[in-house]
Amino acid sequence: MKTFYWLVKREFWEHRGGFLWAPVITGGVFLLLNLMGIVAGEVLGNFNAHSDFIGNNMGLLNRALSDNDATRIGVGLDFVMLSTSMFTSIVLGFVVFFYFLGALYDDRRDRSLLFWKSLPLSDTATVLSKVVAGTVLAPAIAVVCGVLTGIGMLLLFAITLSFHGVSLWHLLTYAHPFRVTANLIGAIPLYALWALPSAGWLLLCSAWARSKPFLWAAVLPVAVGMVLAWFKLMSGRIFDGGWYWHDVFARALLSVFPGTWLGQRNFVEAGGGPEHTLDFLNLGNAYSVMATPSFWIGAVAGLALLAAAIWLRRWRDDT
Amino acid sequence: MNAVVSARGLSKRYKNAAALDSASFEIQPGRIVGLIGPNGAGKTTALKAILGLTDFQGELNVLGLDPRKQRGKLMEQVCFIADVAVLPRWIRVSEAVDFVANTHPRFDRKKCEAFLARTKLTPNLRVKQMSKGMIVQLHLALVMAIDARLLVLDEPTLGLDILYRKQFYQSLLEDYFDENKTIIVTTHQVEEVEHILTDLMFIRDGKIVLDADMDAVGERFTEVMVSAERAAEVRALKPMDERQVFGKSIFLFDGAARAQLEALGEVRRPSVSDLFVATMKGTYA
Repeated sequence: MKTFYWLVKREFWEHRGGFLWAPVITGGVFLLLNLMGIVAGEVLGNFNAHSDFIGNNMGLLNRALSDNDATRIGVGLDFVMLSTSMFTSIVLGFVVFFYFLGALYDDRRDRSLLFWKSLPLSDTATVLSKVVAGTVLAPAIAVVCGVLTGIGMLLLFAITLSFHGVSLWHLLTYAHPFRVTANLIGAIPLYALWALPSAGWLLLCSAWARSKPFLWAAVLPVAVGMVLAWFKLMSGRIFDGGWYWHDVFARALLSVFPGTWLGQRNFVEAGGGPEHTLDFLNLGNAYSVMATPSFWIGAVAGLALLAAAIWLRRWRDDT
Repeated sequence: MNAVVSARGLSKRYKNAAALDSASFEIQPGRIVGLIGPNGAGKTTALKAILGLTDFQGELNVLGLDPRKQRGKLMEQVCFIADVAVLPRWIRVSEAVDFVANTHPRFDRKKCEAFLARTKLTPNLRVKQMSKGMIVQLHLALVMAIDARLLVLDEPTLGLDILYRKQFYQSLLEDYFDENKTIIVTTHQVEEVEHILTDLMFIRDGKIVLDADMDAVGERFTEVMVSAERAAEVRALKPMDERQVFGKSIFLFDGAARAQLEALGEVRRPSVSDLFVATMKGTYA
């Protein structure tokens, strides 16, 4: 257990840039852009004009200023808080994708593999520590950064609104920062399970490729999809290509992006309107994906891919 | 005492060539063994087999364990430095020490810090900021603080300047090696390890062609230097090698009668590098 802790810590040391600084910088840049938007809005007296500049946050702010409906303002503020996490989530997806792709490849390429293999570490523990670093540690840091940025954003907006005669504390009671935070934290275990097939596939390519793991990871699934599409074209209905792209291709490559478990279906079920956004994003709705067989098939396939990656890690050397 | 490493019929084929061709050898505890061979002779493959890094045919026993199946357990007792610069470039000195201290059960942190105190390495320094020599100092400090029974060194001083090379072997001898430890070293810089080796192994085309301790090497091989006019006489005794230096001929003999040679010229013990060159004649031809 102690060894495992240090293995995960090692991953953090090596990937501090992606795991910690990427979300921190994203959050910082996001706050700065919004501050610039607010300043511009205050000076020019029109927030809406700047909505293109940094997404629709300024538009929301404008609506909050003109709207007196507490619920709608609250939802708007919640959405403002969530929007920061959306940005850090997208960054997280890229970070984790390339982290897995390099995790078992980079140390073979620079031969530091020989140093790690000179220590009494099992290959299973090594590979699993990388899975945990990518699917638990990285999202946890991203959530903390996202929430802190979100709170910063909330305060920024609340202070701005208070200059326009809306009471600051009053406003903050409209928002649901705790609910939003709980939703984000609660989604981490779901993310870890959901990302398993991608983690498995990317780590397998990373352990297997003698060069260019990205090409193997991306081109192989595309090629398979093309062949299936060709068969479909030739024979009519042996394979349904949509199934492949949705349940195999996307799960193997894109499941590292948080929120990809949400579909149109969930949104409609949650009510379908903007005021239901938070319900749409809430945990019960997210976890409903666990009721689908494809979720668990994906997780099991992910574990099988990981087992293959561990085996390759044991026998692939630096040549 | 049991052999630290015993190999019987060790074979490994790559696609087009045999890297190890039924090699058999034993290494006893408390020895420093030089595994010497030309490029591509199978040195690294043999070491990789011992370390459980590659699959092979035949029987191999390291410290009573099968390196293929019990690698995790084996690595608690075995250390290796493979080449210079295999330390990850991003790691800091303090991180490397912390990590090994917390994952290796036989690591002595105090010892390691004492070794590091003798160098210019500082805790915050990253490997990528170090020179090759400094990287080896760090690696050696980590490895020497581990109380392992077998240390494997694969070209540990490649590309280092002479100061670092001397220091490397000196530290190993003075602060690390004792009768409970065994060291296997491969290198091309034969002259530098010659005086520290207790055993010598020559490997050629995947086969062990010479396996003897240094005393036996001294008894078995003799070198005689004679003037040009007596060269024909010596040549008749079938030397294994001949070379000319300053108008004199030097002949290398395997198992010749010493007294007979002493009558012909100046007799001495051949250097390992001369012996190596003579043994490996025609390897690349």
